[in-house]
Amino acid sequence: MGGKEPSVVLLDENGIRCDGRKVDETRKVTIKAGVLKNANGSAYIEFGDNKIVVGVFGPRDVHPKHLANTDTGIIRCRYHMSPFSVTERKSPAPSRREIEIGKVIKEALQPALILDKFPRTSVDVFIEVLQADGGSRCAALAAASVALADAGIPMRDMVSACAAGKVADTIILDVNNEEDQSGQADMPVGYMPNLEKITLIQLDGVLTPEEYKKCVETAIVGCKKVYEIQKQAIHDKYFANNGD
Amino acid sequence: MTNVSILDELQRNKILELLETGQRVDGRAFDEPRKITIETGVIPKANGSARVKLGDTEVIAGVKIQPDRPFPDMGDKGIFICTAEILPLAHPTAEPGPPGEDVIELARVVDRGIRESSMIDMSQLVLIKDKSVIAIFSDNSVIDHDGNLFDACSYATTAAILSCKIPKWEIKDELPVLVEGQESSPPITTIPTSVTMGRIGEHIIVDPNADEWACMDARITITTNSDGNICALQKGGSDGFTLEQLIKCSEKSITIGAKIREIIKESTKGSS
Repeated sequence: MGGKEPSVVLLDENGIRCDGRKVDETRKVTIKAGVLKNANGSAYIEFGDNKIVVGVFGPRDVHPKHLANTDTGIIRCRYHMSPFSVTERKSPAPSRREIEIGKVIKEALQPALILDKFPRTSVDVFIEVLQADGGSRCAALAAASVALADAGIPMRDMVSACAAGKVADTIILDVNNEEDQSGQADMPVGYMPNLEKITLIQLDGVLTPEEYKKCVETAIVGCKKVYEIQKQAIHDKYFANNGD
Repeated sequence: MTNVSILDELQRNKILELLETGQRVDGRAFDEPRKITIETGVIPKANGSARVKLGDTEVIAGVKIQPDRPFPDMGDKGIFICTAEILPLAHPTAEPGPPGEDVIELARVVDRGIRESSMIDMSQLVLIKDKSVIAIFSDNSVIDHDGNLFDACSYATTAAILSCKIPKWEIKDELPVLVEGQESSPPITTIPTSVTMGRIGEHIIVDPNADEWACMDARITITTNSDGNICALQKGGSDGFTLEQLIKCSEKSITIGAKIREIIKESTKGSS
């Protein structure tokens, strides 16, 4: 981890974190499905201070053509941060970090999608981080799953996501920005609850084998919580009685 | 990473068939990495270097060290930057040009293993706080590609760092001036070792070669430090893992990583 001296107390003697949460509590998560008119599917998520909008297009023709697969549809994913999304202005050109995150999110979504009925096409997932806080890749992944479901893409399950980590020698759920900067470990996890399959996992920081196991298990608990909110977002759009 | 196409399905069936009977295409056991050979000091003009062969995969890493301005929010730390390139001579599908997402991921995974393990004590690389620090660049050139570049580049970078010598700079008028003929060993705190595993069907195999790589369902790279703790992880590939598989992979990464760490240590003996 950054190993910076924490400017705040990350975990006080009562087990309360710097933003007032308990160790096993996620930040506030709200998701809305179908927020864009032109996209085939879309979602907006607020995950703590993360504000992310995702638009999905497709299945549609692949450009450039040589990327097309004659056996199955493909998924492409762009993760992009707006220049104003972080404290210091970020150059709008895609950074190496963003390219890597786009790739791991794509590979996290891929196991959920059933694209063999759409050969030679592409499903394009565009993620725009309007405001970034810790755990933006998890928030983006959760929102992308909802957007794919909203687009009516055949799926085995929605991929949910939540990070776990370690601060003050304690395993915590859902790492925020301060904890990410000054904590000891950050482990984002993407998980398909119905299939019990982990489709994204990364780790920055040092964990003992026991902590590692606990960290994955903790993150899965968080994923299951986020999953309920994802389902509710789809439910609110398609099964609500208010007619919109 | 490898873009093999038509043979994939046939090859996959054959590889899967073999795995069912407990065999791998090249005759290795499931948790047996390929033969690792590490040679250090291969590029005398670099401050540190290593040539690593992992089976037929071959990588040369060179470490260059020079004074630089620190990152704005990290004025009390030196700089470490890691890059990777698959040279066009390494594989028929490798093309020159800006790095694709695979190569970017490769460099970042190697970087993460070194960085997150705190292998180098960066606080000892400061010349003037907030003004001038020592920057360590590790550039990995893949010269032959037979799968699992993650581990090959990680071992190469680790060995290159272990064998490097840091030149001495003195501060004159707030500017670093090189002092000829004086060098020191890098401040090493631990030796990170990555182990990459692939899942094909229900089978977990260590250090997949290019044929296995092309038909893996999912892969995971786990980096452990000298204490046997886990310090970096990266999952890739188009499918996932169960919790049990991940636990099993972490155990393998610790035991196999410990053996490989000894090989790295042995190869850099006497140089640091």
